[in-house]
Amino acid sequence: MNFAVNEMMETIRMVQMENLDIRTVTMGISLRDCADSNFEQMNKKVYEKITYYAKDLKITAEKVEREFGIPIINKRISITPIAEILGHASVEQAVELAKTLDKAAIVLGVDFIGGYSALIHKGISVGEQTLLDALPDALSGTERVCASVSVGTTRAGINMNAVRKMGEIIKEAAEKSKEQNGLACAKLVVFCNPVEDNPFMAGAFHGAGEGDVVLNVGVSGPGVVLSALKRYPHADLGEVSDIIKKTAFKITRAGELIGRVVAERLGVPFGIMDLSLAPTNAMNDSVAEILEEIGLERVGTHGTIAALALMNDAVKKGGAMASSYVGGLSGAFIPVSEDNGMIRGILDDALSLSKLEAMTCVCSVGLDMIALTGDATPATLAGIIADEAAIGMINKKTTAVRIIPVPGMKEGDMVEFGGLLGRAPVMGVNPYSSEKMINRGGRIPAPLQSLIN
Amino acid sequence: MEQKRAIVSVIGKDQVGIIAKVTTILAEETINILDISQTILQDFFTMMMIIDVTKYEDLEALQQKLADLGEALGLTINVQLEDIFQAMHRV
Repeated sequence: MNFAVNEMMETIRMVQMENLDIRTVTMGISLRDCADSNFEQMNKKVYEKITYYAKDLKITAEKVEREFGIPIINKRISITPIAEILGHASVEQAVELAKTLDKAAIVLGVDFIGGYSALIHKGISVGEQTLLDALPDALSGTERVCASVSVGTTRAGINMNAVRKMGEIIKEAAEKSKEQNGLACAKLVVFCNPVEDNPFMAGAFHGAGEGDVVLNVGVSGPGVVLSALKRYPHADLGEVSDIIKKTAFKITRAGELIGRVVAERLGVPFGIMDLSLAPTNAMNDSVAEILEEIGLERVGTHGTIAALALMNDAVKKGGAMASSYVGGLSGAFIPVSEDNGMIRGILDDALSLSKLEAMTCVCSVGLDMIALTGDATPATLAGIIADEAAIGMINKKTTAVRIIPVPGMKEGDMVEFGGLLGRAPVMGVNPYSSEKMINRGGRIPAPLQSLIN
Repeated sequence: MEQKRAIVSVIGKDQVGIIAKVTTILAEETINILDISQTILQDFFTMMMIIDVTKYEDLEALQQKLADLGEALGLTINVQLEDIFQAMHRV
């Protein structure tokens, strides 16, 4: 026999008891050949291309899921940043295009479509300005469309005009979806150093260096890592890292296999494998609980950043060894509303917004799914974005901000978003103003790449 | 043509006739069993079978039949393509 019974049991236990899952198979589709000076033509071509390439995505993924006995939670599509093909379309037309994308997603039965995006880390072109103006309506008027905006990179610096604008857009999007507690903001990510092949939402888009169509896979499994660690309560930190690494290796191998099979059956090239520990509200499927298992009474206390750094690095090491093409964001996500441990940390006053910011220096993304008091001003939101972008720019890593200033709510309230997005305690912001700095505008120059102490 | 193999795993409380009932279904579907191993882990019956599904198209139908049997006996029966175990446990 090729396998020992305990190996077989391990795989089955990971899936059935520890929430090992393929979080997403994401098909990247280039829309650059859909650009057209006639908007109606473009709208039609976009719809036809997406529904042609992805017509079998859901059905194929579901079949593979059953045959291998590993659940695939989401089927998603990422597309060329829409601002690149908008040309001279009007704001109303840009909103209409978002609705077309939404319709395509619903018809195909995919969970999200990402790439209603603009890369404006240095300047803002005509199409990009149109997209920005359309964002609040596009996000509040659609269900499955996700948007992202790049406002900074290590090589270009930070476009503070874009940062200011994003503060205003987030505020407006929250207002326009206030019946749903500002849900539109949960579909909008502001990036520094975005990656082109990220399969995770809301920040997925199909970058300029990608081919016509590609299949990327995102695997998750905080629950698997947590229960692996629980079996070694007295291991030293070197051994903890090793346990995480080995677990990450196995999860990644499973993900890569599933990704390759789905890609092959769809006749599409396999892109990358993104192993990111992405929590869900399911029991024990929490990144915060891994940190607590390493030895913190509550996430957010002293030592949190060291534990997170260890974990994030170990995940990357295991993943990098296991897959031929690691990409995306690969690491650990720390969304608040989707992680029961993070929620508890905040409710117990162990975890603060400042600590979350500090944690983003060492984990894979940034401030994610954080509910803020409804009276946070656009300038304050822009200030939060600028801080996070600066962390990414200086540390040469991706950082992101996905915050929801919940209309009518104040610090201490609890907001429900529902589904995968979960619920979050509303956090307060610093009462002092960032207005003057934000209003200065301009660009923060790109940082030195040497003299880096 | 390369052989396509799947692993049937049976986990649950030990009782008379588990292997007989599972193998009957496999025989009815004309599926060849390549290897079989069984053990009792902490009162739990665990069986693992490697089967040849190269010529067997409808894996989902087999999964359904075995799942129904599992339900009737109070056992968990999974059928998964072998590649997933290969990927996770062999470098």
